[in-house]
Amino acid sequence: MQKFDVIIIGAGPAGLAAAIYTSRATLSTLVIDESSAGGQVKTTHQVANYPGLVEPIAGHELAGNMRKQAEKYGTRFKLAADITAFHLSDQEKWVELDDEEKITAEFVIIATGSSPRLLNIPGEQEYKGSGVSYCATCDGEFYKDKDIFVIGGGNSAMEESLLLLQFVKSITVIHQFDNLQAEKITADKATTNPKVKILWSHEPRAFYKKENKMVVEAEDLKTNKRIRLERDGIFIFVGLVPNSTFLKNIPIQLTKYGYIITGPQMETNIRGVYAAGDIRDKRHRQITTSVGDGTIAALEIIHKV
Amino acid sequence: MLQTNLEHIESEEQLKELIENNEKVAICCGRMGPMCIPVYDIFEILQGNYPDIQFRDMDFDVPEAAAIKNLPECRGFWGLPYTIYYRNGKVVKATSSIQSAKEVKSIINDIFA
Repeated sequence: MQKFDVIIIGAGPAGLAAAIYTSRATLSTLVIDESSAGGQVKTTHQVANYPGLVEPIAGHELAGNMRKQAEKYGTRFKLAADITAFHLSDQEKWVELDDEEKITAEFVIIATGSSPRLLNIPGEQEYKGSGVSYCATCDGEFYKDKDIFVIGGGNSAMEESLLLLQFVKSITVIHQFDNLQAEKITADKATTNPKVKILWSHEPRAFYKKENKMVVEAEDLKTNKRIRLERDGIFIFVGLVPNSTFLKNIPIQLTKYGYIITGPQMETNIRGVYAAGDIRDKRHRQITTSVGDGTIAALEIIHKV
Repeated sequence: MLQTNLEHIESEEQLKELIENNEKVAICCGRMGPMCIPVYDIFEILQGNYPDIQFRDMDFDVPEAAAIKNLPECRGFWGLPYTIYYRNGKVVKATSSIQSAKEVKSIINDIFA
């Protein structure tokens, strides 16, 4: 069994910041991620509010720099790796990767972040990329002069709708509430556009394809009646969910929404197990706050060693 | 130009030669966008684990990308990136939009086993 001082699960800004600190302090550090390094930052078009960078930087470039910086100080990486088994307790901590390697450490930092929420309804997965999309900047131009649905009423839904309005003929927003959750300034820009209509208090229940059209079967949450509407495509922006389902059999304290509860020093209820970044229960989720969490967790571990 | 560490395909001839001379080829055709970058990154990682597979990328916006865009397997694709898997010169799988590492590994283990 391989042994490290610190295992960091998650290679986003929180995990990479922690790795830079622990590696610089000469603690052997392994960063594991089921994908590549960078977390949500690598999929962010441009980052303009990260201190010290006068000009905006591409998200993938910032993420790449963070990874290189960690590597420079000796951090080891296992990327695109599946955690097939693991154990976290006060006394013992280990992870098994791809049914093969077993790795143990004295300290573990969980920094698995969050992911875009899926609707998990029939047709969503089946038509991903051929009628169902999650990215206006990527796929908007496929829908030039087309009629589309946007599912969601939060900031991301309205910001992406503004981008889509550059391409599409019309947008029908389907939203589960009677009002939008997006910031007023963004919501007003979208909703005052004559190309935008809103279907309030409805939730999609299924997606179908009818010839070249996408059909949404939506339920009126007040009457429970279902309607079917046709458009050319569907864009889904319904928020984020914490990547914590893999922790369901571990006695780690989570909120009812699945975020990890920590103390101010990022330690969880399991001794030696820390959480940092968007996976942690907190109010503000930014790259800078994630980096701060990762730094605090790393410094606590360095202090204890 | 794509800013990745993968080898780029820049012409139809290059593509033809690649799939004719290699049994297993995977190509990710896209832009430097949020749905595409994770797939390039996954390809970069996996090319170390699967030396028998040729992993490449291709810029979606160059005219030469028509060789990918016009594939019958890509008809109805409305999401980037397009990811095409060739075996013995033939398309054996094509996907549209972002794929996770788990999904890519599952496809590779299925079609290139």
